Amino acid sequence: MFGKLTLHDIPFDQPIIMGTCLVLIIAIAGVLAYLTVARKWAWLWKEWLTTVDHKRVGIMYCLLAAVMLLRGFSDAIMMRSQLALASHDHSGFLPPEHYDQVFSAHGTIMIFFMAMPFVVGLMNFVVPLQIGARDVAFPVMNAVSFWLTAAGALLINLSLGIGEFARTGWLAYPPLSELAYSPGVGVDYYLWALQISGVGTLLSGINLVTTILKKRAPGMRMMTMPVFTWTALASNILILASFPVLTATLGMLILDRYLGGHFFTNDGGGSPMMFINLIWTWGHPEVYILILPAFGVFSEAIATFSGKSLFGYRSMIVATMVITLMAFTTWVHHFFTMGSGADVNAFFGITTMLIAIPTGVKVFNWLFTMYGGRVVFTSPVLWTIGFMVTFTIGGMTGVLLAVPPVDFALHNSLFLIAHFHNVVIGGVVFGCFAGLTYWFPKAFGFSLDERLGKGAFWCWFIGFYLAFMPLYALGLMGMTRRLNHYDNPAWTPYLLVAWSGAMLILAGIILQIAQLVISIRTRHRRRVEADPWNGRTLEWAVSSPPPAYNFATLPMVDRTDPYWSAKAGNAPLLSYANEDIEMPKNSSLGFFVAFFSVLGGFGMIWHAWWAPVLSLIAIVTLMVRESWDEEDSYTVSPELSRSTR
Amino acid sequence: MNTTLTEQGTFPHLPTPLPTRQQVAGFGFYLYLLSDGILFASLFAAFAVLRGATDGGPPLQSLFELKNAYIETVALLTSSFTCGMAMIAADRRRQRHAQIFFLATVILGLAFLNIEVHELIKLSAGGATFSRSAAMTAFFTLVSTHGLHVTVGLIWLLISMLQIHLKGLTAGVLRRLICFSLFWHVLDIVWIAVFTFVYLVGATP
Repeated sequence: MFGKLTLHDIPFDQPIIMGTCLVLIIAIAGVLAYLTVARKWAWLWKEWLTTVDHKRVGIMYCLLAAVMLLRGFSDAIMMRSQLALASHDHSGFLPPEHYDQVFSAHGTIMIFFMAMPFVVGLMNFVVPLQIGARDVAFPVMNAVSFWLTAAGALLINLSLGIGEFARTGWLAYPPLSELAYSPGVGVDYYLWALQISGVGTLLSGINLVTTILKKRAPGMRMMTMPVFTWTALASNILILASFPVLTATLGMLILDRYLGGHFFTNDGGGSPMMFINLIWTWGHPEVYILILPAFGVFSEAIATFSGKSLFGYRSMIVATMVITLMAFTTWVHHFFTMGSGADVNAFFGITTMLIAIPTGVKVFNWLFTMYGGRVVFTSPVLWTIGFMVTFTIGGMTGVLLAVPPVDFALHNSLFLIAHFHNVVIGGVVFGCFAGLTYWFPKAFGFSLDERLGKGAFWCWFIGFYLAFMPLYALGLMGMTRRLNHYDNPAWTPYLLVAWSGAMLILAGIILQIAQLVISIRTRHRRRVEADPWNGRTLEWAVSSPPPAYNFATLPMVDRTDPYWSAKAGNAPLLSYANEDIEMPKNSSLGFFVAFFSVLGGFGMIWHAWWAPVLSLIAIVTLMVRESWDEEDSYTVSPELSRSTR
Repeated sequence: MNTTLTEQGTFPHLPTPLPTRQQVAGFGFYLYLLSDGILFASLFAAFAVLRGATDGGPPLQSLFELKNAYIETVALLTSSFTCGMAMIAADRRRQRHAQIFFLATVILGLAFLNIEVHELIKLSAGGATFSRSAAMTAFFTLVSTHGLHVTVGLIWLLISMLQIHLKGLTAGVLRRLICFSLFWHVLDIVWIAVFTFVYLVGATP
């Protein structure tokens, strides 16, 4: 019935894990009890779990990301604390096999279940509003995408209490991740969590590309799309082109582990190097999938709060598309030391450095947007300026690492760790927070507390420098990544500073939680109108929060910043035909597909073969049932929608 | 929407006609097929890398029977033709014609699968199994992934035929049939690549 799973697989002897699980169980029980006592189940099911509204799906994505940020950040605190303690005779509090799971989980969670859902959530919420559409192209599939991502996140969290997680690092390089060297369920958790959420991401990519190319408001040409929509288009094109490679690569590793294949094994003629090439063919575009929408957020925020249109709109788009293309030309720089030879390394070193050019164009565009503007220092602007400083430093250390001989000295060291946190935190995470604070009033109809928001920014900003600048120095001093213990007393002070930085970031996160709680409690006196920031694009033309159908009548657009023009009296926003609004009905498909994906994935992980078979049959049945329902939409008349607005 | 969207009724000349639901669905499915092509590209790349890694086993070219692959190719390409005829019939709302051509597609698809499965079983029985060597792993994976797609396509088509039978050629049924036919033709294109790179190039030392 349970395959390999027995009671012994639950780590009762690990107080840290058991304590965490206990807290989680109490928290979940508390939420369930609240929902029952407050009689909120029907509301939850009808308004959220079965919703296909792109705005709510986007909000659920961001909520998932926020929860997973806490999980991934706890891992970070554990690692920093371990290294602050574990020198010489002290072994710290994490044994090696646990520490290895912690750093693997940290990377996997932060990229796949924090950064990705956050970025996808922002795109989901904002893009249809910005292009004057009523929803994404395939609303039901959009909900399925979200629920598949949530299913992957659930699987990875189950590994905390049931069994173990991978000890292989976040990309699970073979031959270490092969059955011969990782016989446990850890790598299987990793593989199935990523396969399931990866399908969700791919579907979401198809959805958003179709939305942007086919659902734009009448008259909106490509070259009048808002910049955030452009970056979302680029990001989703990259998803379409690169996620199939991830699926294929992880699929090959699954075949190796489950059916005795030899794609990446040491014996039988397998090629571990092929895995590393394939995974980075996905992995490098992946970092642009994350950063490009963040660039879009900064572009929107800085233009709005400088009271000017974005400087160099065209060059911004050209730079975005150049980065999109070049994303596929640099993957070898992730393994210069693995024997590609000087010529190949030189080629990829140069292509890597070339990417700094379009990125530099963007930085200057943002600076020139601020120049001569009347910059309002709201928290989205603070995140943007913090990004510009931090990301530029991270970009420069990246160009340094792109020089193959330098990389030979610094690869696998903490210098590398400092570099990619420098660009991912300073770029993607700051971008997500800028987006969150910028569009929060639009999503909920009330504003966030600015004082706490700015406090959170300063904690994150200073905390980041304290946490990661010492790692650059440690890398130059020779400290490698993924160490759980060290003997060099000269490293200790740096590691203590890094720990204090992590604590300051923790303070920032606490301030953000406080900001949310206090803003929600005082929401009645924080109500905002449609356009609290004096915005430029279409999302600010509808009420906050927008009605389910977004636009009672579709707007007609013939220029960039159409709402700004309308407010300035240059060109009023005209509306398209006054016709009935066709709205998609709620659907439970996503929820149930995710349920059976978790069941099937869990069965595959523990070799309980009935579960995946049952799940597959159930999912196919659900899809067929969905296809039988021709009445999948209802209509709202525009007169009615205007009267209820 | 308080102050800004001036409601002036219908704009005199529409700038661009909004795409229909069918066009949107077809475009989205086309994007999916592109991404599926990239998935196959990864498997082709793996096959190209591992083709010679036979680990002391028999070289790939000694294993294939080109005659079988040729019959498979004819069956699948013909099924694409019958699928196209069925779609023309469906487009003209000739339900019975469409069903007959779809049935022919099913039979040809089953014939293809039958030959493929028999060949894979024969190879395994002769010791050239999936886990014999990296080359065999890559070969089996590439060919069976295509075969799996054909199987999914056939299940999809059978369900669609049932829907045509029960509901007729409604807008929803037709929309899904268009996606299906795109899927079926792409499987043909992938098979041509399999035939070329696995069987023809693979059969030459």
